[in-house]
Amino acid sequence: MELNMRGMNPELVKNTKHWLMQYAIYLVLLAVIMTIVILEPSILSVRNATFILQQAAPKLIIALGLAGLILLGGTDLSAGRMVGIAGIICASLLQKPDYALRIFSNMKPLPIIVPLLIAIAVCLLFALVHSLLISVLQIAPFIASLGMQMIVYGAMSLYFDGVNNSSPIGGFDTRFTKIAQGAIQIGTFRLPWIVIYAVVITILFWVLWYRTTLGRNMYAVGGNKEAAVVSGVNTKRVIMYVYLIAGLAYALAGFLDAGRTGSATNALGEGYELDAIASCVVGGVSLRGGVGKISGVVIGVLIFQVLSYCLVYMDINPYIQFIIKGLIIVFAIAVDTQKYIKKR
Amino acid sequence: MMNAGEYLLEMKNVSKRFPGVQALKDVQVNVKPGEVLALMGENGAGKSTLMKCLFGIYKMDQGEIFMNGNPVVIDNPRQALDIGIAMVQQELEQVPHRNVMDNIWLGRYPRKGLLIDDKKMYKDTLQIIELFNMNIDPRAQVNHLSVSTKQMADIVKAVSYNAKIIVLDEPTSSLTEKETVGLFKIIRQLKQEGCGIIYISHKIEEVMNISDRVTVLRDGLWVATENTKDIDSNQLIKLMVNRELGNRFPPKNKVIGETILKVENLSSVYSPRLQDISFEVRAGEILGIGGLVGAGRTELLECIFGLRTVAEGAVFVHGKDVLKSNRNAKYSGIAMVTEERRETGIFPMMDIRWNTVSSSMEKNRTKAGFISLKKVEKNTQWAVDAMRIKTPTLKTLISSLSGGNQQKVLLGRCLLNQPRILLLDEPTRGIDVGAKYEIYQLMIALAKEGKAVVFVSSEMPELLGVADRILVMSNGRNAGIMDSQDCSQEKIMTLAAKYL
Repeated sequence: MELNMRGMNPELVKNTKHWLMQYAIYLVLLAVIMTIVILEPSILSVRNATFILQQAAPKLIIALGLAGLILLGGTDLSAGRMVGIAGIICASLLQKPDYALRIFSNMKPLPIIVPLLIAIAVCLLFALVHSLLISVLQIAPFIASLGMQMIVYGAMSLYFDGVNNSSPIGGFDTRFTKIAQGAIQIGTFRLPWIVIYAVVITILFWVLWYRTTLGRNMYAVGGNKEAAVVSGVNTKRVIMYVYLIAGLAYALAGFLDAGRTGSATNALGEGYELDAIASCVVGGVSLRGGVGKISGVVIGVLIFQVLSYCLVYMDINPYIQFIIKGLIIVFAIAVDTQKYIKKR
Repeated sequence: MMNAGEYLLEMKNVSKRFPGVQALKDVQVNVKPGEVLALMGENGAGKSTLMKCLFGIYKMDQGEIFMNGNPVVIDNPRQALDIGIAMVQQELEQVPHRNVMDNIWLGRYPRKGLLIDDKKMYKDTLQIIELFNMNIDPRAQVNHLSVSTKQMADIVKAVSYNAKIIVLDEPTSSLTEKETVGLFKIIRQLKQEGCGIIYISHKIEEVMNISDRVTVLRDGLWVATENTKDIDSNQLIKLMVNRELGNRFPPKNKVIGETILKVENLSSVYSPRLQDISFEVRAGEILGIGGLVGAGRTELLECIFGLRTVAEGAVFVHGKDVLKSNRNAKYSGIAMVTEERRETGIFPMMDIRWNTVSSSMEKNRTKAGFISLKKVEKNTQWAVDAMRIKTPTLKTLISSLSGGNQQKVLLGRCLLNQPRILLLDEPTRGIDVGAKYEIYQLMIALAKEGKAVVFVSSEMPELLGVADRILVMSNGRNAGIMDSQDCSQEKIMTLAAKYL
């Protein structure tokens, strides 16, 4: 974006350029959404807004976990499958006692927290292994997470096949569906519980990122690892914690997403990582590490969800939807990269 | 005899070897409380390496460190900081997108329960900043600060550790005179509080001004430690550069022809910036470029080769302005061998053949346009013979050759394009003495063939022994060009500091 602005106040030019770089992606998305609203004004309704928030909630939780890894300068392709394995575990253990196809037909109904804890434990275990691949063996995050993606998917499918012969798990316990699908009715407005969970988790992440030592160290390790080392930061431990926190977020998201959709197969979570990474990048979390905000992640997820929802609502050809989303991701990364190109 | 308690810090018999180079050998340094010890020496004398050993970034092969007479072990920076040693490095290690106080307290944030106590952090930072009358906003983002403010912030960080020993590695390299005065005030304050300061600098006046004692290193060896008031700047330069030249260099070419390369008022856009550089090189001539690391020597070569954005000025080859024509420099008859052989020179996973022909692929094709292995091998064989490359076969991986032979492959690669001008950046870096001589021979032989050779070197004897004329860079500018017969190491050092 080398604009010819000779003769203008250089300070102004610099600031304008900087501003454009910072917000270009938001401007473009705003324009896209405005266009959609003008073409299809009926989309502006409380009902649609509720749907969008409800769909965005689990994605936001995943994106918050994954954003930490991007902030470290890495990425995580296994996120979607981690969500999937947590979802499958919870689904298989939380079926109605009187459901005809119940997997564990003789088991007494479990307290709802037990399957969730089991899912969390499994995700933490995978996250721990994943973090060791990164910090101790120093495998490139892309490849390490690609490997983890396959391993987790394989493990999940084995379980799915073993317990239910690869047929969809349904008939969830009403306590489970209530948690994930329920809502508070405020007059005519329906506020889904899942949105409230997402808000609470966002606040927790906000505190973690900005107000704790781990959060600051995370920025330091991602921004300049060597500086963190010479300042006496235990970078391996920081990396491990960030992976564990991401694992926890994936487990929660899997639990909620399975409950939200009402059934689960081993396809649960497929491709979620790409949506989450795209949302983070659109929200300004730099793939180079060390730069990113919680507010950016939230905005990124919302924008992406609004866009997806609108495109579906307008009945746009799904293949064209792919092209539009792809273009937006490429544009977001192009803008991000321009900020860091070293001029010589 | 001095008693053991006199020194705050002692480093004894420190040795450190890197592959191919003995960086430090039996070096000793000691610092008393409340004094500034200047550490001096040329580029590559081992100053920074010694300090990195002290700070636990490098592991010493041999040697001992004593604090207050007690032996200490330093394996990593954390331990150094805990013992009371802090360091402001030449290449600042800061997290660019975070603010000043986050950088200062990184690794030991003050906390209230589980959360970080930002208020206390702000107060503590401001307290140190005010103590030294600095003007830094603790909440300013580091990458928005000027280089000098970044440096100040790093000094605040060193002080905040309550360190007894503070190492400053070329702290004034990017400071203005006024800022330097400010820094000296801070150093004197630290002295009064009983800190020992190790001050690394190339600027002789500064060292004479601020230091109490000077330790000089040369080629990784300890040379002398003197009281600053007992020594003058000429004696100091002599200690730094004094070496026997002997027969380390082959005889030079005597036949000089017409001007081939002409650089006129060259300035570059991005930092480190070059300003208004002009010079000429004639056929058969070798021009050496000297100066300190960071003076813009590499950048000058990159500018001529077309790798950097030029603000003003022109580069003429045989009178033709080559920067204007948008073609690759190799078609203008310029070839370059870069400084970082491993990073930007060789293709480590490929064999000698492909490393040799990689910049002249179009000369190795059949009529149909496919690569001709026969031509590749013929050209590689030519390079191996002409450069006297010692290798078992043409299919040997380049990374299994010695540094000197790798360098000869790179020279051969350049020559396959039949350049008229050769730009060589530190051509003998990391090469043993015997191979250095061979590289010099090659350079002089090429000059005899009528080529113009421009080379950058940090080794002054090499500049004096090989070059016909020497251009000294100082802070992005041409500080002067001298005939090497009328030149001396002292003169080069003086010119190198001209625009600091």
